[in-house]
Amino acid sequence: MTPYSSFLFFIILGVLLLPTMILGVMGKRLRYYNVFVSVIVLALIFSGGDQGFYSLVAFTILQVILVKGYITYRQAKNSSLVFYIISFLSILPLILSKILPVLAVDNWASFLGISYLTFRAVQIIIETRDGLIKEQLSIFQLVNFMLFYPTISSGPIDRFRRFQKDEEKRWEPEEYKELLYKGINKIFVGFLYKFIIGYSINTYFIMNLHHIADGAFSNHLLYMYSYSLYLFFDFAGYTAFAVGVSYIMGIRSPENFNKPFISRNIKDFWNRWHMSLSFWFRDYVFMRFVFLMKKKKWIQNKMLVSNLGYILLFLLMGVWHGLAIQYIVYGAYHALMMAGFNYFENWNKKHKRWPTGKAMTVVSIVITFHVVCFGFYLFSGKPFQ
Amino acid sequence: MDFKEKVLQVIAEVCEDDVVKEEHDLDIFEAGLIDSFATVELLVQFEEQLDINVPITEFDRDTWNTPNAIVDRLNELK
Repeated sequence: MTPYSSFLFFIILGVLLLPTMILGVMGKRLRYYNVFVSVIVLALIFSGGDQGFYSLVAFTILQVILVKGYITYRQAKNSSLVFYIISFLSILPLILSKILPVLAVDNWASFLGISYLTFRAVQIIIETRDGLIKEQLSIFQLVNFMLFYPTISSGPIDRFRRFQKDEEKRWEPEEYKELLYKGINKIFVGFLYKFIIGYSINTYFIMNLHHIADGAFSNHLLYMYSYSLYLFFDFAGYTAFAVGVSYIMGIRSPENFNKPFISRNIKDFWNRWHMSLSFWFRDYVFMRFVFLMKKKKWIQNKMLVSNLGYILLFLLMGVWHGLAIQYIVYGAYHALMMAGFNYFENWNKKHKRWPTGKAMTVVSIVITFHVVCFGFYLFSGKPFQ
Repeated sequence: MDFKEKVLQVIAEVCEDDVVKEEHDLDIFEAGLIDSFATVELLVQFEEQLDINVPITEFDRDTWNTPNAIVDRLNELK
């Protein structure tokens, strides 16, 4: 059963979460009952047969061994080589799941959510390397974090230390009521976004484009805008469900969207779109790359370092979506836009040619909107068909 | 120069703006004075000039957002 795809799923979830809500309102601990709910919902999601249950189990065991092994190692030693090997092994199942389909063999490595679960495991390894996670973690803590069912299929990607704080917390009745209210509110926003707006755009507009458009160019142009809006409402709707259900369980999962279509520039856009993913890449790829370059003094030119960082980040983000031409082009396109904006921002800091004021903010938003929509048009794969 | 002044000096150098020396509760991310690239520069400078090692993963934008907050965090790590 795919999460949040049918009303049956919501009805089952509603029934299962009723005791959670009662416990929360009474100010009791939620964690024990939550484990029970998690086991049932995970069984429902993965019992279908085509979601890769055995791969999920093998993956989880591998990650637990790697994380626990690395924490034990790190308490005594701290070699960079060991860190890189452990990180590579942690990402290996994800790499396999992306490469196997290209080789046209059976994709045994993949399961629902592998792209997102990998990030949660790697993040623990990196924070252990940095000395932020010092104590050994229990298997329960690790599995509970990695397989947190509300966000298992497509995120948002939470951070271990943040998750752990909420998970251990006993909410006061007033605090929990506030969470519950927000959670339910988010779920209804999700219905509106995904099942009403997103569904309508796709069914009544995109699927009828060959009647609406009067030529190949207008067909592609209208597709570009409608697909961009559909993508937002569909994904933001899903995210609202995932975050809403998390809240009801007493976990404040991070948000993924903050009004992305009013971004003033491409940098601003990446602080507003799929935030848990872009922040992950910012913190664990871009900033680490820049830090390494500065520390070792390998490259002196600031502009070059940041632009190489963007190229690395966005190409990785591209192939993370899949090893298909549209995702690689999408990554390269955003790397180019970020590097271009980087030059412009730097130039404008000196010359101050770009006027400020309300009207110019509107102009910036309109330009960014079109740049972003063209990116989604590439992402959709339509130009490569 | 006391510790706080030293830290403010480093922040001002990285932000390329002396306003942080005056307004100690200014949110430097919201004010657009610093981005992720400059953040890394800040961490490198803390290490080189103050000899305090701040891991990138420790630097949380919600708790390192103003000059005062940064001084507090660095005091905890000293």
